[in-house]
Amino acid sequence: MNPAAFYPTATDYLRFLPELILTIGGVLLLVLEALTGDNKDKSSLGYLAIAVVLGAMFAVPVALANPGTSFNGMIVSDGFAAFFRMVTLLVGLFTLLCSTSYLSREKANTGEFYLLVLFSLAGQGIMAASNELIMVFLGLEIASISSYVLAGFLRDDKRGSEAALKYFLLGSFATAFLLYGISWIYGVTGATNLVAIRESLAAGTSGNSMAVAAAALMLIGLAFKVSAAPFQAWAPDVYQGAPAPVSGFLSAGPKAAAFAIFLRIFQTSFESFSSRYEPVLWILALATMLVGNFSALWQSNVKRMLAYSSIAHAGYVLVAVTTNSNVGTAAAMFYLAAYALMNFGAFAAVTHLAGRGESHVTIDDLKGLASKQPVVAGLLTVCLLSLTGVPLTAGFFGKFYIFKAAIDNHLYWLSALGLLNSAIAAYYYLRILAAMYMHEPKTTDHPEPVPGGIQLTMWFSAAGILTLGVFPGLVLDYANRFATFVK
Amino acid sequence: MTHLLPPEFFTATVPLNAYLILSAILFAIGACGFMFRKNIITIYMCIELMLNAVNLSFVTFSYQFGKVDGQIYSFFVMVVAAAEAAVGLAIILTIFRNRGTLQIDEIDTLKN
Repeated sequence: MNPAAFYPTATDYLRFLPELILTIGGVLLLVLEALTGDNKDKSSLGYLAIAVVLGAMFAVPVALANPGTSFNGMIVSDGFAAFFRMVTLLVGLFTLLCSTSYLSREKANTGEFYLLVLFSLAGQGIMAASNELIMVFLGLEIASISSYVLAGFLRDDKRGSEAALKYFLLGSFATAFLLYGISWIYGVTGATNLVAIRESLAAGTSGNSMAVAAAALMLIGLAFKVSAAPFQAWAPDVYQGAPAPVSGFLSAGPKAAAFAIFLRIFQTSFESFSSRYEPVLWILALATMLVGNFSALWQSNVKRMLAYSSIAHAGYVLVAVTTNSNVGTAAAMFYLAAYALMNFGAFAAVTHLAGRGESHVTIDDLKGLASKQPVVAGLLTVCLLSLTGVPLTAGFFGKFYIFKAAIDNHLYWLSALGLLNSAIAAYYYLRILAAMYMHEPKTTDHPEPVPGGIQLTMWFSAAGILTLGVFPGLVLDYANRFATFVK
Repeated sequence: MTHLLPPEFFTATVPLNAYLILSAILFAIGACGFMFRKNIITIYMCIELMLNAVNLSFVTFSYQFGKVDGQIYSFFVMVVAAAEAAVGLAIILTIFRNRGTLQIDEIDTLKN
């Protein structure tokens, strides 16, 4: 081949612009952090990081305006990628808004936090836009390695370092499975490009059972990353032990990006044997919903309860993945966007209410919140009602589209059991609401004022939840348009 | 100098399947070690073993196809494994500073 064909063109860079901005911004912050003195206030670096994320958000439409693949088919810029880039960037923006006040409260206000968020976002963007298994691996690792550090950012905190250790060990274990699957797929097809793999497998050449085994290995790796049962054991510990804004970040951003590659790989490359992995996904989805919801019933720690609830929500998305259809993909996209809003809104409230050292994180600590801090209680209520799936919230339409897609694809039992599950889930969300509204406050001390960034996050997510609850078409039409993959 | 081994030993080639089987065995040893060992450093070494099993299979397939890309992938894996080692050992260090132990079953603060 002509060597000039390998050189990237300007369009190639435009299709990769959001990640470029995040990476350059992150490196810039790294230098600035080193230049500012040790005892200076580092929250200005946080504002700079917010500006970088906003810049990347503006770059997403630029990338979308130049659809196609870049760097010899390694990165693809399509509507699907743009959607997940936007969701992860929104989660990153929320994280940065909540963490400035959190870090100064915990006396850990160093600049590294912000640039780690930026690097993790760059990795998630690469995951969303990767069209090649090695890029999937690299994006996943860029996102994960930064997240391991973020989970243990309060390094003198026993809980934080334990969360980081568990996240690191199980995350690397999962990556090894994914990678072994990639190497086998490379061995069977001689390719790592998703479209090339699809063509090679569809041609039905030898080694099809080996390809199925490779797909199973990759499924294990991805199931770990989206915290699907029986690979969910790390999630409750990590979300409970990590700093509250980081828990919100991990439960929404990397999970959405992991689902993006899940959908893309299984609907592009492995579509030719979809009938063989559909029963596996069926069981995985049901087990994830059951484990998440039933374990959440017994929790007294709000962060741990939200962790189990996030496992259950991964189960609902897996129902959409099981349908293996464009309608299902669109439903999964809508649900992940709604989930990012409602889950991060809840974690933002927890970030504020936990207090110094995160010592107030049980349901008992929320008693009487409605009379002490009615605004926080009201906004948290919106998020919890949406997580329950009450009509007029984004969560309702999310579940509605997922189960509608499942019924359209004749997954009647899975839909029935899923609906039963969301009824069970109502119990533990209502427990929090009951504690907030139907109990007297335990103490009478004056509540701390809510920091501006956390307020902004909570208002924005509540507004987003209600807007999507009334006009779901705003996001769903887009999702429906771009739920098809280049084949 | 006379060889103790028959001359065929030095001329016969090892079949490619043997490398793949070795890689599968290494991966299985790593996965089992991850699940059953108690010391965090040992567990971490098991993960490295799994990644090296992946490298071996990449290189084998690459040789089989007569293409160079599989070997390049193994370099990517090495670079990422090195970055992971830096972060992972730092995390293990904070665990040891906070608790004074590296036994995985003694690290159980987080529960309901």
